[in-house]
Amino acid sequence: MIKRFLIARETLLLGVILSLIALIASRFPGFVAAGNLVNVFNDTAPLIILALGQMVVIVTRCIDLSVAGNLALTGMAVAMLNSIAPDLPIPIILTISIVLGAVMGLMNGLLVWKLEIPPIVVTLGTMTIFRGIIFLISDGKWVNAHEMSASFTGFPRAEVMGLPVMSWIAIGVSLMFLLLITRTSLGRAFFAVGGNPHAAVYTGIDVGKTQCAAFVISGALAGLVGYLWVARYAVAYVDIAGGFELEVVAACVIGGISIAGGLGSVGGAVLGALFLGVVKNALPVVHISPFWQLAISGAAIVIAVTFNARSNRSSGRVILKPVRPDS
Amino acid sequence: MFQQQTLTDKDITLPILQLSGIVKIFPGVKALDKVSLNLYPGQVTALVGENGAGKSTIVKVLTGIYKPDDGEILLDGQAINFSTAHHASAAGITAIHQETVLFDDLTVAENIFIGHAPRTKLGLIDTQETSKLAQQLLQGIGADIDPSIRLRDLGIASKHMVAIARALSIDARVVIMDEPTAALSYKEIQELYALVEQLRSQGKAILFISHKFDEIFEIADRFNVFRDGQFIAEGKIESVTEADLVQLMVGRSVNKIYPQRQEKICEDVLEVERYCHPTEFDDINFTLGRGEILGFYGLVGAGRSELMQSLFGITKPSDGVVKIGGATTVIRSPADAVGHGIVYVPEDRGKQGVVIGLPIFQNVTLPSLNYTSQKGFIRLAEEFKLAREYTQRLDLRASSLDQDVGNLSGGNQQKVVIAKWLATQPIVIILDEPTKGIDIGSKAAVHEFMSDLAEQGLSVIMVSSEIPEVLGMSDRVIVMREGRMVAELVGDDLTPEALIRHAAGIGEVNP
Amino acid sequence: MNFKTRSLPDRLHSQRSQAFKNWETLLFAVAVSIFVVNSFASPYFLDAWGLSDATFNFTEKAMIAFAMALLIITGEIDLSVASIIALASTAMGVGLQFGLGTTELVFIGLTVGLLCGAFNAVLVTVLGLPSIVVTIGTMSLFRGISYIVLGDQSYQGYPPEFAFFGQGYVFWVFSFELVLFALLALIYGILLHKTNFGRAIYAIGNNPTGALFSGIRVQRVKFILFLLTGLMSGVAAICLTSRLGSTRPSIGAGMELEVITMVVLGGVNILGGSGTILGVVLAAFVMGLVTFGFGLLNVPGIVMSIFIGLLLIGVIALPRLWKMFLNRR
Repeated sequence: MIKRFLIARETLLLGVILSLIALIASRFPGFVAAGNLVNVFNDTAPLIILALGQMVVIVTRCIDLSVAGNLALTGMAVAMLNSIAPDLPIPIILTISIVLGAVMGLMNGLLVWKLEIPPIVVTLGTMTIFRGIIFLISDGKWVNAHEMSASFTGFPRAEVMGLPVMSWIAIGVSLMFLLLITRTSLGRAFFAVGGNPHAAVYTGIDVGKTQCAAFVISGALAGLVGYLWVARYAVAYVDIAGGFELEVVAACVIGGISIAGGLGSVGGAVLGALFLGVVKNALPVVHISPFWQLAISGAAIVIAVTFNARSNRSSGRVILKPVRPDS
Repeated sequence: MFQQQTLTDKDITLPILQLSGIVKIFPGVKALDKVSLNLYPGQVTALVGENGAGKSTIVKVLTGIYKPDDGEILLDGQAINFSTAHHASAAGITAIHQETVLFDDLTVAENIFIGHAPRTKLGLIDTQETSKLAQQLLQGIGADIDPSIRLRDLGIASKHMVAIARALSIDARVVIMDEPTAALSYKEIQELYALVEQLRSQGKAILFISHKFDEIFEIADRFNVFRDGQFIAEGKIESVTEADLVQLMVGRSVNKIYPQRQEKICEDVLEVERYCHPTEFDDINFTLGRGEILGFYGLVGAGRSELMQSLFGITKPSDGVVKIGGATTVIRSPADAVGHGIVYVPEDRGKQGVVIGLPIFQNVTLPSLNYTSQKGFIRLAEEFKLAREYTQRLDLRASSLDQDVGNLSGGNQQKVVIAKWLATQPIVIILDEPTKGIDIGSKAAVHEFMSDLAEQGLSVIMVSSEIPEVLGMSDRVIVMREGRMVAELVGDDLTPEALIRHAAGIGEVNP
Repeated sequence: MNFKTRSLPDRLHSQRSQAFKNWETLLFAVAVSIFVVNSFASPYFLDAWGLSDATFNFTEKAMIAFAMALLIITGEIDLSVASIIALASTAMGVGLQFGLGTTELVFIGLTVGLLCGAFNAVLVTVLGLPSIVVTIGTMSLFRGISYIVLGDQSYQGYPPEFAFFGQGYVFWVFSFELVLFALLALIYGILLHKTNFGRAIYAIGNNPTGALFSGIRVQRVKFILFLLTGLMSGVAAICLTSRLGSTRPSIGAGMELEVITMVVLGGVNILGGSGTILGVVLAAFVMGLVTFGFGLLNVPGIVMSIFIGLLLIGVIALPRLWKMFLNRR
């Protein structure tokens, strides 16, 4: 049991992240100051949440490229709502963002389930549709900080026991996912569908429905992050989180989630996101221009995929058995 | 001669499951034509029939995958309709297939309980209880398997055990076993028999599908015969002999006459020395003469296909020398192999033999494009000409050469594959289970054809698991077991007993 | 063995009769309708020079789309093409700083494209990695390198001869890019539909195992196809850089998705196995017409992309909805 833990993919990744932090800390001790580490985690919180949603989608052999468009649209919608009705309480705002996101996810899910359109095509389409709708509702205008209420922008930053609320949300979502994956039939169904969709049918699992559920979850989380994003950066416009969907997929890949489906873990998604977050936050500290970030995450993906493939390679039939005198 | 038994008062037990008048039609094919099947509690019923007789179709009807177009299913005397596979499973019907229909990346315990795991008060899956119950079930059937390991890490025999444990966990009343011994060793087969016995004593009805008569006569109480999608007969196994069953299966006396050939075996065309692979086979040495038919016999999983695919360039050997026409050759890919005159007709016709989606003529010309094309540019007229010539030689039944190869029957797809290779004018043709899944009429045609090929100077390697075929067609037979050559039989030594003995390793190693 | 004189006919239906039932015909109808609608919607539409300008909307993407179509038919994908444009353009910009002339710049652009393609090719065919994630990685990597080199700067001052590729005209309204597009359409069309190589592509797309077992050198074909998408990205980079007259690391951002949209809209099955170059050409026209038409109506680009997104999903969804509707009767 311990041995399996030690050679587990997640442990290796954790080791890499810790070594990275240690390496940076050796020259720039300020990096490991509690305050800074909290910053890094908080900064990575949106990526963690989105990576978890993407994880269940990828596990069911799908992909969701529309998450950034989804979050941008939801963000803009609630920001506009807030500027018109600043007294709307935060729980309502949260609910609206999650529901909006879930509805968008449902659109993806239904197209994949009922019309059997390949997920990459669906989400390529919805990605541009969602972004375009942002322009339609906002007329290209920005929602700026002064148009947002104090409670709106203050909520994610409020500190509880030393951590901002946004970080707590990330932690909460991670724990919920852990529960979902290990303790609910839907969670196991994701893995069954991705691992052997043919067999899943025999056990009463509806493959399409499960995939649809994955998209709804991914969408709902994107909606949640939409609010967090615009609140935290105190601005909403058409291009926010541009290209972010690729970072989300990257986090999953680095976290060991196999694009072939059926394999993945909450720990992996979280650690994959943290890896990218640490790198992104470390660059300015070690005086490497932020322009290196893209290339580094690209290289990390390529290395991670190579690693994934090597370790998941199922050995062929072993037919030869050692010749023993006493069988 | 077999007579339909009438039940006496003593043996009236109500069947758990009664199927009558079941019809299932697919476009162009009547897979099931008013068939009947009764399964009795505490009894093993063997379902016998050739490939294409409808056995796998009826299994799919029983497990709710297919809905019958007509007919009635009675469960404990009540009519029932399986709306989904899950419905059938909930009704207590479960199946164990050749390939596992389970999840490699889930643990053993999860596989056993997926879909019906015990819950905690909050409605979440109770992992501790699941693990405990799984352990109990596995021990109950004598399987020493750790419920927390992933299914991927188990061998096929253990995977069957897990499937059986799952059957017990859903309190299955009907257990269907579809060719379960295909990949098992002798010892594992005995263990399976013990399990069947255990299930029988628990009052479960077992449907046992197999084409191995020794197994059928060993464990079955009853038999049921299908032929060409129709129900032929049923009864107690003690009232029939093997010959009776064969006759019922085939509908006529089996023509056990194989084409006679003049053996004009000449010089060695292929020499294989010390041919090894890290995990699949070891120390293979043999030669093949021009005009010879060399049979390779062994149990499923002996490594014969792996050996042939390696010779064909699909996998890389770790050592060894291959000489063609006396010259040492290195074959690194199927393209290489074809270039040297070695071609391979695979067992898995659908995936490896034909390219479904392409029309017949394109399938036939695929390896020969260099010949039909001009400087890389396609010449359709030449392609059609080549395809016409070879499909005619094989008497292919199709509506046109432009037809998608996926619409053809198994036998005709096989003809396309053979035509494809003959068009490359090979030296050695390797046929892997050439008549598997083909009706008996076409089987004979393929045998005739093989014989003709040998007579025309082609060298043939035939991998087969059917003893009559191996005995009837081969000039020599090599037996493989667990990746090694264990015997080379010819002439008087070439008997069914010798084949089985060497293939199963009976009498050599303590079972 | 009895030789029956049974001889199968070559074809049951003539090729011509098949022509009316397929995707390309549908696309052609769509293209014509859009053309007609546009000519009524805006008085500026039917203008030779205007239409010629419009072609720049799709020519560069289409050049890549041809190679991408071949790749997708075999079941692979290359999401890094736009980033290869960035890297190739950056490399040319660097060459520009060294005072290299047009010929050398073209050589650099093509070579970098080819090398990037080779990098993808090795990862996918030699290491056996799934192309979707590999190219998501190289997508970031290639553009990332451009960012490292250029930061937020840009290269400008390309020589006037260089400007010909993206801004020059061969004859009257026919730009160099348009002519190149037509030439490439012809070449790729012949390659895919009339050569052994093209046949191999279809075989691999329908059944890679079956193709391998039939003696097709599957990995070699895929390797070449990745080289081609890289090369075409290099070609597009030359055209685009020449047309814009400058290089920024963000050049061509988002183009990969437009290329894939063009391919799928062109009737190529994203899962592999079928598709034609004609379809891609028609899709290019459709997308170009839509963009131009909307542009004339002053519709902002981002709203246009809603239409493109709907088109992408719609062309696949509608036939299926129709079939479901028919089955229900």
